[in-house]
Amino acid sequence: MVEFLTHSAGFPVWLSWTVTAVTAAVLILNVMAVGALVFIWAERKIAARIQDRLGPTRTGGKFGWLQSVADGIKLLAKEDLMPDGADAMLFRIAPYVSFCASFAAFIALPFAFDVVGQRLNVGGFFVVAVLGLEVFGVILAGYASASKWSLFGAMREAAQVVSYEVPLGMCVVVPVMLSGTMDLVTIGEKQAGWFTNWYVFHDPFTFVVFWVYFTCAVASVNRAPFDLAEAESELVAGFHTEYSGLRWSFFFMAEYGSMFLVSGLASVLFLGGWNGPVPLASILGLSEGTGDTAPFVVRLIGCMNLLGKATLGVLVMMWVRWTLPRLRIDQVMTTCLKYCTPIAAVMFAGAMLWTWAAPGGLVGLFAPNRLPRLVFRPGGEIREGWIEGPGGLMASSGTRATTAIGPTGVDRVQDSAGPLVAVKRDAEPYGLEFEGVR
Amino acid sequence: MIPCYAFASVCLAAGFNWHGFFFLLFAAAACGLALAVVFTDNVVRMAFHLVLSLSATAGLFFLAGAEFVGAMQLMIYVGGTLVLLVFGVMLTAQAPFVSIATPSGEKLLAAVVGVALFAILLRAAFSQPAWREPPAVPAIGDRKPSATPIGMA
Repeated sequence: MVEFLTHSAGFPVWLSWTVTAVTAAVLILNVMAVGALVFIWAERKIAARIQDRLGPTRTGGKFGWLQSVADGIKLLAKEDLMPDGADAMLFRIAPYVSFCASFAAFIALPFAFDVVGQRLNVGGFFVVAVLGLEVFGVILAGYASASKWSLFGAMREAAQVVSYEVPLGMCVVVPVMLSGTMDLVTIGEKQAGWFTNWYVFHDPFTFVVFWVYFTCAVASVNRAPFDLAEAESELVAGFHTEYSGLRWSFFFMAEYGSMFLVSGLASVLFLGGWNGPVPLASILGLSEGTGDTAPFVVRLIGCMNLLGKATLGVLVMMWVRWTLPRLRIDQVMTTCLKYCTPIAAVMFAGAMLWTWAAPGGLVGLFAPNRLPRLVFRPGGEIREGWIEGPGGLMASSGTRATTAIGPTGVDRVQDSAGPLVAVKRDAEPYGLEFEGVR
Repeated sequence: MIPCYAFASVCLAAGFNWHGFFFLLFAAAACGLALAVVFTDNVVRMAFHLVLSLSATAGLFFLAGAEFVGAMQLMIYVGGTLVLLVFGVMLTAQAPFVSIATPSGEKLLAAVVGVALFAILLRAAFSQPAWREPPAVPAIGDRKPSATPIGMA
């Protein structure tokens, strides 16, 4: 977009950067804000159904779908209270810390191939690191409220989140290891094709890792059954007891934003990202289209896929919340330190051994012709670890290329029928991308 | 509208670019908040200022294209160390909002040491001839530095 504005529209460089950055920020903000509105409504409906009630039915028609908007207007009009003994500056700023952390993590989350706020080559790491900052807002809120309930909530949250970062990080490392990069865009592209290429189905170990990741993600975004920081049956409302009005709602925007974010990260890391279960774009022949519209249609389908998967993850989190009872704090720590961490560690070692023995995973063993194919597209990067299938590089027409990519560099690999698939790293103006089976 | 146009023309005249703007912003935030850490009495406020200061430093790393270092900074210092620090403060504090009053003798000593260290660092920084020249501004589409060599090491 920057290039388009600078070269085609004739904008000065700084202005094109401004326009691009503002566009990306507004889009991400919309995903968070509109997402929170929809998810709060969905949560109320789901909770009601699980408890054999109807939930909101009147506001805005049959399904009460305007309930969140009505709530938002109510929160805007509510008085902004602060306890007398509170630390005013920290109390006021804490909700924004939570919100900013959640928002900043979205910068590196890709919604489709190259549809990402900023493509970072350490994207996965960045998201996990920034998501860990959200806890700081909660701790500050609990501390600055000068209330015992809030302080208890904050201390539980601090202990919980610091512990759960460990297994969460271990789970994130597994797809990073399989794909040989931390770039979320490349990780997603490497799972192109049928759903059998998704990392969750790569081998039995990654399947388990996915569920461990999901458990830890629920805990790290502070949702029931791990919502010890709120624990409304014991701590009134935990860390946000003393908050009201818009500041209170910022905490909830952050919470729902983070839920969506960890679900989106789960989709990119394990569930194929923007690649649907069936490679629809490839079957329709859109991936090869070089016209003006085909790439946009492919990316639009990708966005729908990713948003659908992330929404599904959020709905599962709601289902879990209204089904399982809240754990005690010692049970929370036991789950993390005695179960999640060892399981994640063993599964990490298992996935490593499996990749060493059979690089293509289950698909590579049973249906090697369904592995993602390398096709030649500008703008990627070449890694020696990116050899798919046993024995060599898969060329785009399905036959195996003769030259494998060695550890020292990349030779020019040419398939007789297909296009050029790799070039030497020294001369790299180009790179590799991955595309599914046609 | 007129102030907007005026602002835009000033930006254009000054050879404005966002890189310089954000460098100054992050650098000022890092330095100013570091001073705020020193001059605050409340421990948790200190920690909060330190969070912002270290985050601004991470911003400088991101600006320089060192994404891995920036994310490390966020993960280790901001996300890990400081959460533990605040956690420790909350566990050990006897009364709410503990304040630390530094004796003026120690303040003087700290000021002398700090100014001396700062002078040495400044001298060392300006004695590097390569650092005096303005760096080449990367063009759009240039390859960015990558964390791959770290992973392959």
